[in-house]
Amino acid sequence: MHALLEVSGLRKVYEGSGRRVEAVRDLTFTVDAGELVCLVGPSGCGKTTLLKCVAGLLNPTAGEVLLGGRPVSGPPPGMAVVFQEYGRSLFPWMRVRDNVELPLKQKKLSRSRRRELVDDALTSVGLSDAAGAYPWQLSGGMQQRVAIARALAYEPDVLLMDEPFAAVDAQTRADLEDLVRGLWRERGITILFVTHDIDEAVYLGERVLILSASPTVVQEQLKVDLPVERDQLHTRVAPRFAELRTHVYEQIQAAKRGVPLSKD
Amino acid sequence: MSGGLKGVLLRLLFVVSLPLVLVTAWWLASDDSTDVYWPPLRTILTAFPDVWTGERLRADVLPSVLRLLAGYTSAAVVGLALGTVIGSYRRVRAVCEPVLEFLRAVPPPVLVPVIMLFAGIGDTMKIAVIASGCVWPILLNTVEGVRAVDSVMSETARSYGITGTARLRNVVLRSASPQIFAGLRQALSIGIILMVISEMFAASNGLGFTIVQFQRGFAIPDMWTGILVLGLLGFALSVVFRLVERRVLGWYHGLRASSRRS
Repeated sequence: MHALLEVSGLRKVYEGSGRRVEAVRDLTFTVDAGELVCLVGPSGCGKTTLLKCVAGLLNPTAGEVLLGGRPVSGPPPGMAVVFQEYGRSLFPWMRVRDNVELPLKQKKLSRSRRRELVDDALTSVGLSDAAGAYPWQLSGGMQQRVAIARALAYEPDVLLMDEPFAAVDAQTRADLEDLVRGLWRERGITILFVTHDIDEAVYLGERVLILSASPTVVQEQLKVDLPVERDQLHTRVAPRFAELRTHVYEQIQAAKRGVPLSKD
Repeated sequence: MSGGLKGVLLRLLFVVSLPLVLVTAWWLASDDSTDVYWPPLRTILTAFPDVWTGERLRADVLPSVLRLLAGYTSAAVVGLALGTVIGSYRRVRAVCEPVLEFLRAVPPPVLVPVIMLFAGIGDTMKIAVIASGCVWPILLNTVEGVRAVDSVMSETARSYGITGTARLRNVVLRSASPQIFAGLRQALSIGIILMVISEMFAASNGLGFTIVQFQRGFAIPDMWTGILVLGLLGFALSVVFRLVERRVLGWYHGLRASSRRS
């Protein structure tokens, strides 16, 4: 069976005003259907570039991305992205419900089906009461929940998350991590989760892809052999968790040392 | 408990207090005036109901307002459409910008004699004059608003397949709407000025025409009432504008208030 998402030989070079920056050198990895994979790497290692290439928002310089065997050349209907900047990703002129519903209107779903999906998604993220509010009336964590609900309602084959919790406080962050884990288990969705936080990557992922510093390659693929049932209290103090995070940490340190530091 | 009512009364007091002071000052300062050109306010107010009868409102105020609305609306349509195109495409912007800056710098009243050559001296001329002045703030603000659409919002829209007219309607124009409204507001005051000026040239009715007629006929108190009517008209239009804006931009004011708080 083919992997759901295949990234092969991905390379991205930015060119502009005499400067040539190789953000991503050569990335190859796959994500199977129903997997939760975390991408972790040192800051400035081209994670966002990679994610945008996967999402079809940027054209790679070389290499290709296949979703369900089909090459991605623009944003495909089977992908939803949750961005880090929730405040700039939700439309402030629309109420929560309309924000979640807008992409479904583009999909030309019937009114009743849209209603069903929106209600279901908002309930899943615990925001059924906030449907009539504007995003800016909600806290940061709740806004990111709305963005997650919008992605869920879209029913993507792959859910891409670009450092979604980097801008919220630690407690909210823990809640949101559990929310994502829970949604993944309940719904069997496929998630590619980008983060710079090692603990988060190990806690969330079934598999962690460790990226090198820019220009980026995959440093190591690590299977996370923690139990499926995880919680903030016990998982994070489990000896195996500590071993895994130490390993990832060392790999990232090695990655930083191994490649000459680029200027970003 | 009476906080709401008290708040409303207090706001009302703020709104009317300065106008009251000014009117009283005018009243007192002009009360014993014998200057023909500077009649007592009492005389002006006495003349008011005699001058601005229902017939005059229909014959002079209504045509003025209709011309203003026609010119303003066409400026809004043209400004929004062109502004959206120019704002969306960098190349078009590079080509158009110098020309726009030049055209904007030409004071619209100067165009009245020119437009008269093309459009004659009828309503078309007056509407064209109003539109030619109103269009610039709307156009330039739309360009700025459209090009300033946030990059993350743009990418979000793209990744969810929101493109074409859906993107224009739900993302671009909504995101630009605060700027567009700033342009519309400027255009409204320019429109009122041009309405009066266009009626001072070769007109047979309208507010501007009537005021000039009174002035030429030495009906000075009547002339002053005309100026009062103009002021009241401008005030009424800005109140209507504010109501519309509050409805359309409610989200924006809420967003601003919430980011000020945090």
